[in-house]
Amino acid sequence: MKLRTILAASVALSFAGQALAQDFNDPAEFKKQREQLSMKPQGPEGQPWAQHLGDGMVDTAKYKKDGQVTICFSNAGVFNPWRVVGLNNLNAEAELHKDRLKELIVVDAEGKDDKQISDIEALVSGGKCDALIVSPNTTAALTPAVEAACGKLPVIVFDRGVNTQCPVTYIHPVGGYGFGITSGEFIASKLQKGANVLALRIMPGVDVLETRYSAAKNIFDEAGIKVVGSEFTGSDRAKTKSIVEDYINRGEKIDAVWMDAGDTATAALEAFEDAGLPYPVISGEDQQDFLRKWQSEKLTAIGPSYPTYQWRTAIIAALDVLDGKQVPGPEWVLPQPAITEDVLAKYVDERMPPLHYSLCGCQELPGYPERWGGKK
Amino acid sequence: MTTVPLPSSRRAAGIALNAGLVIFVVLYAAIALLQPNYLEPGLFMNFLRRAAPLLILACGQLYVILTGGFDLSMGAVATLVVLAASILINGDPDATWAVIGTLYVMGIAVGLVNGLVVAFLKVPSIITTLGTMLLVNGLALAWSGGAARGDLPDNFRNLGRLVWRGVPVIGTLPLAVVVIAGFVALAWWGLNGTVYGKRALAVGDNPRAAELAGTPVAVTRILAFVVSAVSAVTAGILLGGFSGVSVNAGEGLELQAIAACVIGGAQLLGGRGSIWSAVFGALSLFALFTLLNILGLPQALRDSIQGLILIAAVGASMWRSRKRN
Amino acid sequence: MTTDAAKPGPARSGLPISILLAGLSIGFFVVVALATGEVSQLSGQGIVGLLQRMVALGLVSIGQTFVILVGSIDLSVAALISAVAVLASHIMQGDPAMILPAILICLGLCLAVGLVNGALVAYGGINPLIATLGTGLIIQGVLAASFGVLQGAVAREFQVIAYGGLLGVPYSLLLLAVLSLAAGFVLDRTLFGARIYAVGGNPDGARLAGIRTERVTLSAHVVASLFAGASGLYLAARLQSGTPWIGRDGIYDLESIAVTVIGGTILAGGKGGVAGTLAGVLLFASLDAGFNMLGVDAFLKQVLRGAIVIAAVAVHAIRTKEHVA
Repeated sequence: MKLRTILAASVALSFAGQALAQDFNDPAEFKKQREQLSMKPQGPEGQPWAQHLGDGMVDTAKYKKDGQVTICFSNAGVFNPWRVVGLNNLNAEAELHKDRLKELIVVDAEGKDDKQISDIEALVSGGKCDALIVSPNTTAALTPAVEAACGKLPVIVFDRGVNTQCPVTYIHPVGGYGFGITSGEFIASKLQKGANVLALRIMPGVDVLETRYSAAKNIFDEAGIKVVGSEFTGSDRAKTKSIVEDYINRGEKIDAVWMDAGDTATAALEAFEDAGLPYPVISGEDQQDFLRKWQSEKLTAIGPSYPTYQWRTAIIAALDVLDGKQVPGPEWVLPQPAITEDVLAKYVDERMPPLHYSLCGCQELPGYPERWGGKK
Repeated sequence: MTTVPLPSSRRAAGIALNAGLVIFVVLYAAIALLQPNYLEPGLFMNFLRRAAPLLILACGQLYVILTGGFDLSMGAVATLVVLAASILINGDPDATWAVIGTLYVMGIAVGLVNGLVVAFLKVPSIITTLGTMLLVNGLALAWSGGAARGDLPDNFRNLGRLVWRGVPVIGTLPLAVVVIAGFVALAWWGLNGTVYGKRALAVGDNPRAAELAGTPVAVTRILAFVVSAVSAVTAGILLGGFSGVSVNAGEGLELQAIAACVIGGAQLLGGRGSIWSAVFGALSLFALFTLLNILGLPQALRDSIQGLILIAAVGASMWRSRKRN
Repeated sequence: MTTDAAKPGPARSGLPISILLAGLSIGFFVVVALATGEVSQLSGQGIVGLLQRMVALGLVSIGQTFVILVGSIDLSVAALISAVAVLASHIMQGDPAMILPAILICLGLCLAVGLVNGALVAYGGINPLIATLGTGLIIQGVLAASFGVLQGAVAREFQVIAYGGLLGVPYSLLLLAVLSLAAGFVLDRTLFGARIYAVGGNPDGARLAGIRTERVTLSAHVVASLFAGASGLYLAARLQSGTPWIGRDGIYDLESIAVTVIGGTILAGGKGGVAGTLAGVLLFASLDAGFNMLGVDAFLKQVLRGAIVIAAVAVHAIRTKEHVA
């Protein structure tokens, strides 16, 4: 046994990259998400946070509750700008329903699984909550706590899932493969066979990010595009810029930059500026600073998204469940649009801070733009 | 007065200079072997530009280490500086210099708090600065709402980003390199041109003895934390300039700065070290990062190698000092 | 002062701190629960929930207390917790027959890490901060690089540790209680405990008294690593499968040091004990639970926690007559 482990570890050391990629390369899921990307969503036109893909609905009559209700939310944390924007969306959405919603209790687990389990247990045993929303820090760890909570009250999970069917519904956009497909196909369509792409990623081993890369990698391999490097930036702008400079200094020709998240996209582009090189083809995300740069420098770019408007959907779903309405389920798959050149102007908003996620679906919500850090 | 511990310290510092420099030269030679264009002045200047924040942090950290303490709050101060600069300047180039002044005032305030708590409340510096690290980081995030706000104008960005081209002899000269030269000169003068350096070494070596000999222990300690905070502000300005605003700009830099000093031969808990320990320690550490990047090892293993080198560097210096005695 | 601490046996003054701290923590929790109308948090279930928040940090901190008492420190515990949690899930792969081998292998790993840490510090003379920072980085790196194949989940039966209980008291709490009592007993009533206090209080005196101080330091490091392992095993049971960052995200290295010092164990060694540490852990747990009830914003929480760490240590450190660094 021990020998096997040691053996496994040493093999892992030499093939760490491939080993990770294989774990998150599921062809069936890839195919499913590719179909979902082109599916026509159902639900109210122009409100993607209230739309869904596919037909599944679940009945929630047994959870119906009259009068004012309290919704509790166990948040994994606000450790990155995506979650900051999302939490603002969620709070603003809750404000829309003041008449129905007595209280929204938000507890923050600060990125600790152990704390989030305790938080959920305390919320459930506190007895104040009529419905529980969970944004899990990691999938497996939160499963038992969510299972225990399901026995007491309706649970809604979003962003990451849990390994149990017990929540009323699990809200998420198409997913990581979808993100990688959108960005990978765009880059592949702009490059010749044999061109070089540099992949910049946040960190290894995270399910929602690994799937983005594996999808894009598949597409690059198919198109005969060479991935000259896959580097981890830790979301650090200085590190991102340094890594790109290192590749440039090495004399490597970089035709495109693919990113699994766009928060350091402008730092990557600055490395090309400082070296006096033309901008590469680039895939970023829906952050304002990237969109502005794209617009002002006329980049060849795409902004795939993992929309933050799903945080709104969580509140909508919780209230629908307490109203006893049918909701999409057991998975509520939200559309996952990408920002392309033709719609770019619509998403640029000079009032908003640099890392504001434009697909927040929050423009009509109370407190926009100040609540999200924007100028009046 | 405090001459007793000095001769040995001075000799040790001289040796430390050689150790840090030797490690740096070896590492940089390895880089150049793999990628010869790193020998061109332009790339070397760029290397210095990127190492600048760490180098300046290490100089500040060295002051605290000499007096026997640690400053874990410098990374958080650097983050605060980047976020605050962006919010306060908000893209207006006319505001830049006034805001930079404000940033130094904020930094000095943090340094004073650290120093006063350590000197008078007697809380060990590792705990004090762990507390201020949480506090300052929390304040910075609460102020900015958890994500970058505002914007940095070009005249601020230039401090970390501007490169003059067509300079005689060296070809290119980044503004950040001028900033490091100035900062290192000041830090060197503080330790060697004033009475402060002797006092710091004496306090770090044996605070009780230093006090009996008439050294103002509390003031010496407090000043060290202020210098450290000033270096953190300077590093924050360069970081913001180099790559722009982010909420994790200073993350983990405090441990890197400590590691840099140690690799350069400074002794933790005080009593030994010179400004060159910080300078060459930081350059060695940064050369190591660059080398590992060029080798293209999996990211994770770079951590492991960094850990090994850290232990080896300190072990080697222990071994040398034992051999001397 | 120092001769006092060199006397074998626990410092008597440790007890009042722990009782005071525990009283304050419980007082804070009760007042907040009453003020926010969350009276159900004061029921048996609520209290058990509060205590459950202590387990992971409590286990590591007991071990940390041992190393701090001998005047050392351990920064590698966070990485070791992650390593144990990942390894346990990988070896078990959900198979109950593998529970025992998994536990044994994990504790074997901890033993090895503890021996390496202890050897570097006690025999290599390497500053413990650097030595354990280094080993922590090495573990973290190897772990992250091999995580791709090291996946798995612990056996359902193993999760009983975290989710099962006896008469409403979770086994994990019983485990913490038993291990705390055992640690307290070792420190207070055994020769090994007396030696730990002696080595931490006055290493030269201890050496003159014929104690092999290196061995004591080495053993303390082994104890710290084993307790980190216990914490990792508990987390694996609670989280079903380990990830290579649970230790880092939990900040178990710095938090375990903070609660130990808050509990009255002094960083220089020789004074303090497990009771104070547990009171410190209880303080952190009450803050977590209390801040939740009050709905304190995540960033403000960090600010408050930083201030509380400093204040809590200052309360008893201020009486120190010696200089601290």
